[in-house]
Amino acid sequence: MSKHSHPYIPNSPPEIKQEMMLEIGIKNMEELYRDVPEKYRLKRPLNLPEALSELEIKKHVEASLSKNNVSSDMLVFLGAGCWPHYVPAVVKEIAQRSELFTSYTPYQPEISQGMLQALFEYQSMICELTGMEVANCSLYDWASALGEAARMASRLTRRNEILIPKIIHPERLATLQVYAEPAGISIKQVAYNMETGQISLEDLRNKISDRTAAVYIENPSFLGFIETQVDEISREAHTHGAISITGVDPTSLGILKPPGNYGADIVIGEAQPLGNSMNFGGPLLGIFACRNDLRLIRQMPGRIIGMTTTMDGSRQGFCMALQTREQHIRREKATSNICTNEALCAVASAVYMALLGPEGLRELGETIMYNANYAVHLLSKISGVKAPVFKSAHFKEFTVNFNETGLSVKEVHQKLLKRRIQGGKDISKEFPELGETALYCVTEIHSKEEIERLTTSLEEILAGKR
Amino acid sequence: MFKQTNWDEPLIFSLGRKGRRGHVLPKVEEEISRTIGDVSMLVPENMQRKSQPGLPELSEVEVVRHFTRLSEMNYGIDSGLYPLGSCTMKYNPRINELLANLPGISMAHPYQDEGDVQGILEILSRLERWLAEITGTYEVCLQPAAGAHGEFLGTLLMRAYHKLNGENEKRTEIIVPDSAHGTNPASAVMAGFNVVVIPSDKDGCVSVEALEAAVSESTAGLMLTNPNTLGIFEENIEEIANIVHEAGGLLYYDGANLNPILGKARPGDMGFDIVHMNIHKTFGTPHGGGGPGAGPVGVSKKLAKFLPVPRIVFDGESFHFDYDMPHSIGKIRGFYGNSAVLLKAYAYILSLGFEGLKEVAEVSVLNANYLAEKLKEIKGLTLPYGKEKPRKHECVISAKPLKRETGISALNIAKRLLDYGLHAPTTYFPLIVDEALMIEPTETFEKEELDRFIEAVRRICKEAYTNPEAVLKAPHNTTISRLDEMKVSHPKTMTLSWRMYLQKNNQNL
Ligand SMILES: Cc1ncc(COP(=O)(O)O)c(C=O)c1O
Repeated sequence: MSKHSHPYIPNSPPEIKQEMMLEIGIKNMEELYRDVPEKYRLKRPLNLPEALSELEIKKHVEASLSKNNVSSDMLVFLGAGCWPHYVPAVVKEIAQRSELFTSYTPYQPEISQGMLQALFEYQSMICELTGMEVANCSLYDWASALGEAARMASRLTRRNEILIPKIIHPERLATLQVYAEPAGISIKQVAYNMETGQISLEDLRNKISDRTAAVYIENPSFLGFIETQVDEISREAHTHGAISITGVDPTSLGILKPPGNYGADIVIGEAQPLGNSMNFGGPLLGIFACRNDLRLIRQMPGRIIGMTTTMDGSRQGFCMALQTREQHIRREKATSNICTNEALCAVASAVYMALLGPEGLRELGETIMYNANYAVHLLSKISGVKAPVFKSAHFKEFTVNFNETGLSVKEVHQKLLKRRIQGGKDISKEFPELGETALYCVTEIHSKEEIERLTTSLEEILAGKR
Repeated sequence: MFKQTNWDEPLIFSLGRKGRRGHVLPKVEEEISRTIGDVSMLVPENMQRKSQPGLPELSEVEVVRHFTRLSEMNYGIDSGLYPLGSCTMKYNPRINELLANLPGISMAHPYQDEGDVQGILEILSRLERWLAEITGTYEVCLQPAAGAHGEFLGTLLMRAYHKLNGENEKRTEIIVPDSAHGTNPASAVMAGFNVVVIPSDKDGCVSVEALEAAVSESTAGLMLTNPNTLGIFEENIEEIANIVHEAGGLLYYDGANLNPILGKARPGDMGFDIVHMNIHKTFGTPHGGGGPGAGPVGVSKKLAKFLPVPRIVFDGESFHFDYDMPHSIGKIRGFYGNSAVLLKAYAYILSLGFEGLKEVAEVSVLNANYLAEKLKEIKGLTLPYGKEKPRKHECVISAKPLKRETGISALNIAKRLLDYGLHAPTTYFPLIVDEALMIEPTETFEKEELDRFIEAVRRICKEAYTNPEAVLKAPHNTTISRLDEMKVSHPKTMTLSWRMYLQKNNQNL
């Protein structure tokens, strides 16, 4: 250690250490490690960089990050589970209130009412958006929420098959497989209509049975279109005694029918777009909500905040509810192992939803849909380009197919990058049946000029090639 | 005396007035709406939202004021000592917050071309190396979102390992000590194992006899934290590791208690095959009122091939994602991990270096022993288990005598501590200590604050003998008095959202 004491370690000056050692009757620090077998004491310095001052760290990290090609003049049309949206200044400001971000899970509710109330409000707003009555205060992300939902449905029905759409985020599917396999849950994918992308009800009816624990759909789907046969799908699930699960992008819920109105029992999704930055894909914010049904509630994973009163009943307050579902009480019988979640992201989302209100959320949905469809409109005019692939209504993401252009998605992408445009995600490997296709994302952050910059650039690129 | 702010702030749903707005979006441009037409024509009729979500309508001013008031009714590390045992509530350096908000990370999309995110890949890749070096493991995966998520991954790795050896059918059991954190057995079950619990010995450590009796051909592995949840170093770790390995099992290290051995000893050297780290504990990133954190997992060489995809690789010139891992367990989440949190850990390690990390460990241990020595002298309290052993990062005090003599429990002490503007320790954990107060001061609190804590506990215990009512009725100085934690889970009174609140209240009308 250098001469000075480290700013984060107030007791490191030698005099203080001396004083404390004297009080507890030891002569040196090594005495405190006397029970660590000699064999395991580290006898060499760790191979780590020299300690830096704050200013040096700042310069170092800034220099590293500047190697990222990320800046406000770079147009981003990537989504696919992590979406570019505007985060209002107020959201960042509140999430940086140190009383909130330096606190732990509110185990002592009397001194943590602020966090508890904020999380209760987050849960409540998620309920309003999804049409559910109960929400937990977050899971890690949408993918792990899907894994948890499948396991919950299996516990509830004592069945071990889950039906999911063929069109699903590949990483979400991979995560689901990993969560499902140890629980003995098998996954079956339901085919889609080649023209519309919509789930094939016929295939659903063929695959559903009294072994089906749950039917899962996504709305909007991974490829951005709105799934419309939602009432039929839920009904089909319930007729067979299965749980109906819907995955959502909550930015759509200002204008789309909430899953609670079409029979969903469990709603999951990703709340990153509600007030959280993309952060290279993490932290994210897993939504998990369900109907007010004790059978369901008792099987929910994750922390839930509830309203209660003081012991004397004189005042209303908040504390963690139904802790007997959780690992710290129920251990191996817990509904999930989750402990640390994404609480601060949930607070950010609560602030975001409060700022927008019902009108703002409707406008958000409308603006996104207008912008995305304007992009579709312009793109589909480019000769050889097909946008979208499916004849269905699209919300903020849509497929763009380049089969007829003579260029691959990859080639187009590289040429766009030269013009400081991040094109959509190449999905030609994941969905080979769709050919040279990319998934584009347009949100409220994109202006008309920016959308047109994309389309003219594409026009030029494709014209140059042919 | 401490008095916490009390705004009596209503729920946000009862604030605001119709017509107010807190944020306005850019207007849809004329030409766009003209070209596209009415948006309601875009959404199929049966999929349109017919009634607005029941969100409040507030101005920006009210939103800021509401959440500012809420934050003022919350206690954080910045408010004072937060000695929650097992949680490592250390100071969260501000520079790290600033760095994590730079556009270079906050605006980076996970699917950008590798070539465009070399900066963050370099940071993550170096962090992997450093964490491997600190824990003595071969490779580190940064993807898990928290400690428990790391445990889930770790137990899945055990499964994959035994499967490749053709032993997954028979290796169905994971052994955990009775002092283990609840996430350990819960994670083992999630990965499809049965849990075998073994008792601790008189020193609170793993009973070697019990372990020997428990291992068999069915053993997949043992989950252990060292130092354990009593803050005592498992001296027999070599023997423990040998027993488990000889039985064909793997050794899992729960890294929640890594802080006191940073730069002093390494789990990998002790024979652990899998190690998770709680970045939000040991590496000073904020707990955020419950998250986000990060729970990287380090593994020995033979397990590296099972790690989730993608792996970050360096080809001598640039960084890439490698998805070509035929033995990989797959994925446990979307994308690559909580990068913004991991960046803070990177900056934290840079600030300390090897010497600094060692200093972190030593001072955290000095602080814990200082508290243990002082607290055990207080009438009504004892320091059970391992009387002759020094503590590491934490100590577990028992209030059993006090409870017997005065009726004042560990919970009552915890609540009364809040009145002093101090956070309470973890209570009733580990389960092997009656009336447990699990205390972890960390290295980031000064002696004066520790003395204030000791003095508060001393006064409370005295009060228990002289004026127990005051303790029983605590807390008095917090935003709100003692809450009814039964009511919140009772089916009759359970209110988990504003909707449920409205439903309940309409029923009562
Ligand atoms: C000993 C121990 N193990 C595991 C965990 C779980 O870690 P996390 O909360 O990050 O999921 C904790 C934290 O609460 C812990 O104290």
